[in-house]
Amino acid sequence: MSAYFLQQLLNGLMLGSLYALIAIGFSMIYGIVRLINFAHGDLLMVGAFTTLGLAATGLVPWWAIAFLVLITGALSGIAIERVAIRPMRGAPQVTGFIATLAVSVVIENGGLILLSGQPRTFLFPEIMRSRVTVGPASVAAVDLVIIGSTLLLCVLLLLFVRGTRLGRAMRALADNLLAARLMGIDVDRTIMAAFAIGSAFAAFAGLLWGGRFGQIDPLIGFAPGLKAFVACVIGGVGSIGGAVLGGYLLGLAEVMFVGMLPPVYSGYRDAFVFATLILVLLLMPNGLLGRPEEDRA
Amino acid sequence: MSTLPFLPGPRAALLVVAAVAVVAFADLHLSAYAVTLLSLVLLNVALAVSLQLTNGLTGLFSLGHPAFMTVGGYVAAILTYPVRRKGFMMPDLPGWLATAQWDLIPATLAGATVAALLAVIVGVAVLRLKGHYLAVATLGLIVIVRVVINNLDGYTRGGLGLSGVPRLTGPWEVLIFTLLTVGLVWRIKHASLGRAMMAMRENELAARCMGIDAFALKLLAFVLGAFLAGAAGALTVHLVSVITPGAYGIPLAFSLVVMVVVGGSGSITGAALAAVAISLLAEFARPLEEGLELYGLSQVLVALGLILVLRLRPTGLFGSREPAAFRPVRVPGVGR
Repeated sequence: MSAYFLQQLLNGLMLGSLYALIAIGFSMIYGIVRLINFAHGDLLMVGAFTTLGLAATGLVPWWAIAFLVLITGALSGIAIERVAIRPMRGAPQVTGFIATLAVSVVIENGGLILLSGQPRTFLFPEIMRSRVTVGPASVAAVDLVIIGSTLLLCVLLLLFVRGTRLGRAMRALADNLLAARLMGIDVDRTIMAAFAIGSAFAAFAGLLWGGRFGQIDPLIGFAPGLKAFVACVIGGVGSIGGAVLGGYLLGLAEVMFVGMLPPVYSGYRDAFVFATLILVLLLMPNGLLGRPEEDRA
Repeated sequence: MSTLPFLPGPRAALLVVAAVAVVAFADLHLSAYAVTLLSLVLLNVALAVSLQLTNGLTGLFSLGHPAFMTVGGYVAAILTYPVRRKGFMMPDLPGWLATAQWDLIPATLAGATVAALLAVIVGVAVLRLKGHYLAVATLGLIVIVRVVINNLDGYTRGGLGLSGVPRLTGPWEVLIFTLLTVGLVWRIKHASLGRAMMAMRENELAARCMGIDAFALKLLAFVLGAFLAGAAGALTVHLVSVITPGAYGIPLAFSLVVMVVVGGSGSITGAALAAVAISLLAEFARPLEEGLELYGLSQVLVALGLILVLRLRPTGLFGSREPAAFRPVRVPGVGR
């Protein structure tokens, strides 16, 4: 394997990890409330700015920052659910989209008003920026941290969903909401937990995103959020495993598209991602791991 | 004579006369700024009403109007652009385009047609699926269109945008287009086509059981909406004489959705009123935002207002209905 290819592979895995972290939340939330949360990508911005604010104080150690970012993301997710999702339950599906779209507009423009649109420099500690050699290639330590922490969070999520009562309740709700309610599952609490976990992951992705790309502004969440949705669709919306798989496939494909084709095409990177979405929807609308959705009368 | 029952009432005709009078008054007595503002407000009415067809009547959730406007605007602008400046501004155009200088109406129709063709491609891929795929695919379409136009700089001048597009659109062209759009959507709504669309919006399974071809109907509503949006884009470009790849983006998509929802999904009157109110609000909030240096404030307020409307009055101002004064007249002995 050539060094160049390995380098691109690691870049793709890094980007794919970030997409996967965001896509997991999309899928968990969709699986239960059958709703796309347009404000989900903006949690990336919330996470990135929370990190920046805490790091600027110079008092909080990085492990505590990571923990606080997860908490902030979870609380933001719960707030979004309270404001825009819970009151609309039972309304037509479109109402829910519009409500989350409105929340996204509030978060983005609120961010612009409070934080200004100026991009801010975002620095991880020195050690994260050092180069590490992997075989013939050399990557920044932060890339390995991104890949490693994503895998760790995925394993924890898997254990949670498979092994705990709340995780089982979530799966039951995704399978059949009415039957789950009849079995005595607290629907409100379970939905809240799904929002909390998914949003915490997205905020954590924001911390990593800022650390990797070095600059953040109030609109950074938009494009990654949309791309993570594409990842969800590739993997099959509603399936957590599908979200992770789709995230990695999309990250690898995007990096290979830029790295392997002549540079003339690299400007078309974002167009490529969304063209993929339309192609996937045309050829296999249920994604790789998704189940066909039944028509409910 | 089966079309007679769908004629608008006499008061709706009065409204048309009033609109003509307002435009004539503005054209004769008001400043160029006021005339342009009035034209932009009317274009927003046309855009909101055409989105009402797609999102309101048919119950789809398209955010693609800005993408169709951009495509329609660029196609029309390339066609009407003065030939002597084309070689310098757009060096890569093939010969027949480089020497073409069309009039406004054929160029607008061409722009609208290209936008509609784009909608066919997206629609065929996405409309067989659940509604939210359309929302995300059209959001993606906005990004695709912007990226492609940015990169095709030999045809479009890329990120610099096309300036110096001839000012061929005046308030009268805009008024005629808006009246045609409103009239068309009005006719569709009060014909069997509109009934079928609303039936599908309420319960797709039941509508299909009644023999409605859901996919064909959705495609029709989506493509027709895109056609009208493309035409509106073409007219706008020839009104403000400039277009850039990002001019019509997600904020506009959001504003249009707000107009439809606040006006009431399916209500043409509601969407038109909401379009007037929200466009004027945005225009008058701008100096305030600049004075306070709080850019985006009006967007936040509109979004918060929208959440309130969704919670307190989810059907919007008018629901699916038109005010009693404008309802179709029943001609005795004709229709039901």
